[in-house]
Amino acid sequence: MCTGRVDLAHVLRAFSNGVDGVFIGGCRLNECNYTTQGNYHALNKVLLCKKIMEHLGLNPERLRLEFMSSGEGNLFAEVVDEFVKNVKELGPLGQGEGIDENGLKLKLKAFTKLIPYLRLVESERLRLNFDSIEEYTEFYGSEELTRLFSELVTDKLAISQIMLLLQEKPLSTGEIAQLLDLTPSEVSRHLNSSAKQGLVRYEESQKRFALA
Amino acid sequence: MPRYINEDKCTGCTVCVEYCPVHYPDQFNQEISQNKAVHIYYSQAIPLITYIDESCLYLKEKKCRICEAVCKNDAINLNQKAKQMEIKVGAIVLAPGFEPFDPKVRDQYHYGEFANVITSMDYERVLCATGPYEGEILRASDLKHPSKIAWIQCVGSRQVNPEGANSYCSSVCCTYTQKQVILTKDHNATAECTIFHNDIRSYGKDFERFYARTENLPGVQFIRSYVSVVKEDPVTKNVTIRYSTTDDGVKEEEFDMVVLSVGLNPPVDFKEMTDKFGIELNAHGFCETNPVNPMETSRPGFYISGAFQGPLDIPESVVTASGAGSQCGELLNYRRGNLSRERVYPPERDVSLEEPRIGVFVCHCGANIGRIVDVPETVEYSLTLPNVVYAQEQLFSCATNSAEEITDMIKEKGLNRVIVAACSPRTLEMLFRDTLREAGINQYYYEMANIREHCSWVHPKEKEAALEKAKDIIRMSVARAQHLEPLMEIDLPVNKTALVVGGGIAGMTCALSIAEQGHEVHLVEKDTALGGTVRKIHDTLEGLDVQAYLRGLIGKVNQHPLVHVYTDATVTDAAGYIGNFITSVQSERGFTEIKHGATVIATGADVYTPTEYLYGEDDRVMTHLELEEQLSAGDEKVINAESIVMIQCVGCRNEDRNYCSRICCSESIKNALKLKETNPKLDIYILFRDIRTYGYNEDYYREAAGKDVKFIRYEEHEKPEIEVAENEDGKNVLRVTLPDYVLGKKLEIDADIIALAAAVIPAAGTKEVENLFKVGLNPDGFFKEAHAKLRPVEFAAEGVYLCGIAHYPKLIKETISQAYGAAGRALTLLSNDLVTVSGSICEVDEHKCVSCGACIACCTYDAIEFRETELGKKAVVNPVLCKGDGLCNTKCLTGAIQLKHFTDEELLSQIDAVIPEKTEIAQVKAVV
Repeated sequence: MCTGRVDLAHVLRAFSNGVDGVFIGGCRLNECNYTTQGNYHALNKVLLCKKIMEHLGLNPERLRLEFMSSGEGNLFAEVVDEFVKNVKELGPLGQGEGIDENGLKLKLKAFTKLIPYLRLVESERLRLNFDSIEEYTEFYGSEELTRLFSELVTDKLAISQIMLLLQEKPLSTGEIAQLLDLTPSEVSRHLNSSAKQGLVRYEESQKRFALA
Repeated sequence: MPRYINEDKCTGCTVCVEYCPVHYPDQFNQEISQNKAVHIYYSQAIPLITYIDESCLYLKEKKCRICEAVCKNDAINLNQKAKQMEIKVGAIVLAPGFEPFDPKVRDQYHYGEFANVITSMDYERVLCATGPYEGEILRASDLKHPSKIAWIQCVGSRQVNPEGANSYCSSVCCTYTQKQVILTKDHNATAECTIFHNDIRSYGKDFERFYARTENLPGVQFIRSYVSVVKEDPVTKNVTIRYSTTDDGVKEEEFDMVVLSVGLNPPVDFKEMTDKFGIELNAHGFCETNPVNPMETSRPGFYISGAFQGPLDIPESVVTASGAGSQCGELLNYRRGNLSRERVYPPERDVSLEEPRIGVFVCHCGANIGRIVDVPETVEYSLTLPNVVYAQEQLFSCATNSAEEITDMIKEKGLNRVIVAACSPRTLEMLFRDTLREAGINQYYYEMANIREHCSWVHPKEKEAALEKAKDIIRMSVARAQHLEPLMEIDLPVNKTALVVGGGIAGMTCALSIAEQGHEVHLVEKDTALGGTVRKIHDTLEGLDVQAYLRGLIGKVNQHPLVHVYTDATVTDAAGYIGNFITSVQSERGFTEIKHGATVIATGADVYTPTEYLYGEDDRVMTHLELEEQLSAGDEKVINAESIVMIQCVGCRNEDRNYCSRICCSESIKNALKLKETNPKLDIYILFRDIRTYGYNEDYYREAAGKDVKFIRYEEHEKPEIEVAENEDGKNVLRVTLPDYVLGKKLEIDADIIALAAAVIPAAGTKEVENLFKVGLNPDGFFKEAHAKLRPVEFAAEGVYLCGIAHYPKLIKETISQAYGAAGRALTLLSNDLVTVSGSICEVDEHKCVSCGACIACCTYDAIEFRETELGKKAVVNPVLCKGDGLCNTKCLTGAIQLKHFTDEELLSQIDAVIPEKTEIAQVKAVV
């Protein structure tokens, strides 16, 4: 099994279970034990995950990927010590970010629901072919990525959260906007597009939106 | 020397090391740090167990014996005596290696005198995580980080006056120095690194790029200069080096640390080797070998492997190891398999429908785990976990009696899942899987909980927390064990025939070695005759008559009853997989479909056709191959020439082909010497960038210089220029102009002949071969081996091997070496009746597959393909090609493809078990 086998689903399951930090250790880049260079795929996935965490208001420092060889025990110890220290400083997941338990659950659940879609985004739009950490990091800090992210991920995350909220009870645009910290106009845009797809409907009687 | 340790009993727990009172300079760490009288030699030693050296108090003064008292497995035996044994063998392989040059024999370097002058071997250990400073770069005088480091190249090598040192080039130092520089910069990005060198010899595959990468690092400087180590500052202990450059003249500079890039000497006891084994040595003290077989000694049945033939890099050493193996195989094929015994396991009990009955065995590992983690407590805890029906502690789970105990308990308690909570699966998982098989349980029902490396070893000061963590680890393993599935390992029959593509020296040598071991070989050559590029080469630097050798080799191939030659042949199709390939060949024999178990690619290379230096426009400009042909044909133009200019690095070491063609420097010097022999008055100029006569060929370089062949260096950005001109006597000549860096002016040389060291380039049909056999190419278009160092003659595609210059340019003897090496690797496959495929591979649930092809796109093994199934077109895994990395799992949109033994269910159950409250819910769900 390779670092490339580590899935967003695994990382998110850990966070959802109340784990405050996730560390992924992989072989050194360009020293793949297989021929697949799966550690580069892991790097791409982790950077995307961090981007989404950041977008959701979760501290991306809670996820860390490091590459090292089995002969570098001291490096492993050093990195893990530092990571544990960092995570302790960040405090419990959610609490450290000032997000309440329900809010945290909602965010992680919405993120988890998007995993199949994110795989599609990864293979269709984010299939990167760099050969260094620097190039990956640079790309993930670039305007192109920001553009791609807002085009492909931002709305989907918002809608995913709205759907989860509506699963519990019908809500008004204003209520949703408040719960998700979005502007009412953004929320109504998402609701309109979701209504067109037949996912939500407006309940005249309650003056609220509900799942279709 | 006795080890004073009973190998069968020692488990490598190292408790004895801890208690041993003797501190002794660590031999493995270059005596920079201390070790104990009883210790493991180094962390990758095989076997990974201790030995006791001569510093032991008991061995010296009959005192102490603490180790005996603390060893819980009774493995220490201080009364062990050296034993004499007589073993009857049919062949002997000598692999004594080499000895690093000791710079103390020359006081010019002040090694051993100045604290901060160290050898590259010392520095190698300093850089290492398991080294004397645990991977921190420190200097000996004050244990501070040096920020300014100098490397001095060719220490003990390439000496004009070899007294106490060596005349040859040690071949490996240029590149290992570059590696050390890169690692130094990784440790400390601001470190200033200066390399004082002669020629930089980056002649190995991908080395030129490595050189460029090093040179382009900030703060790294390569200075071409001889140096002397001048003085040591009495206070700071910094070291001053004197050197000179053409721009600045003589300079002195101070460094925090100086690394001597020491060369390779023959093994210390090389003289005894001759007496003991009756083999001959060469003038340098290395083994004298057959010029066309660098593994064959002067005594029949004695082979060598590694650097005992002379300075050798890792890939070449590995190649000779396989090659020596293959030659032993040729000699002893009639006895193959006589000493092997087959293991018989009891029939496997089908437990897949039973409820999980988990047994947990917690290992004390002597005191390694037990004194930190409360083992009895973990046993009690294990019994509270769902489906754990049995738990016990063991002193050493890996001891033979403990493994038997596990087997017995499986039977007695009806266990169908087993967890051993002990050490890393890397070392012992295979052993315990075997234990399960012995008890009639599928081996994939085994799970290992690592409470040593992951727990007791890293938390020795936090016993309480360590106990809790050990419980966590065991609980996670128990959760995973619930979901384990029995997996079958597939045995595939191996077709005992080999296919060799390419009938040059590499292909023919390889084919013969395989055939000599009783296997049929189909040898496919695209040309109408065997021989390849070597047909154009007449002799080697060492004076071998290449054509006579080639005729002999072709004769042997044609006469061998097991070798079937196909000339004028094209491979039209290649299908199948390891052990079972089917290749279609169109040849003089017509169309043939060949079934074979192994494939060897030996398709050779081409010579670059220069577009520079008037090549093709003026027939006095020629490549070295052409020069050699004309010279041996006695062409008057060549014989009567008064002046010949040779230009090196034509068509490589540039932007288009950023590699060194490796053989051209030796080739040019060979032709220069030959020309001088024919006409001593001939003026020969060799225009070079770096002369790369590595190894013993350095001696020929010196010989050429001694015979007044003039070597003039040029740089890539100021290449020589050529024009047709008339000299003072009115003779039509080729006028070569280039800068002279030593004299600082333009040089003009009138030549009658210009010989170009044209690059070796990938053969024209390389791309087709790549696609047919699904093998890879490196950035330069040569075939890419599975691992540059460790698997140099294998492709990543299993059952496919490579040799010769299709891999990279190389000398004839290196090609022959590699051909034997490929034969050796092919034999490790062909000599088996079956190949076994792991059970932990991917599988597609066709009902979930949406035929998107994401898994196919990411699989570099080509292990997945679309096939028509009853449910339509679906992705299907070929279990033989899948290597179980599982990357495809994370690409699949629907979770249809799963890596067995590491399924989402198995991994998520473990993640859920991290936090105990969640576990119980998850496990209850699982059981229900």
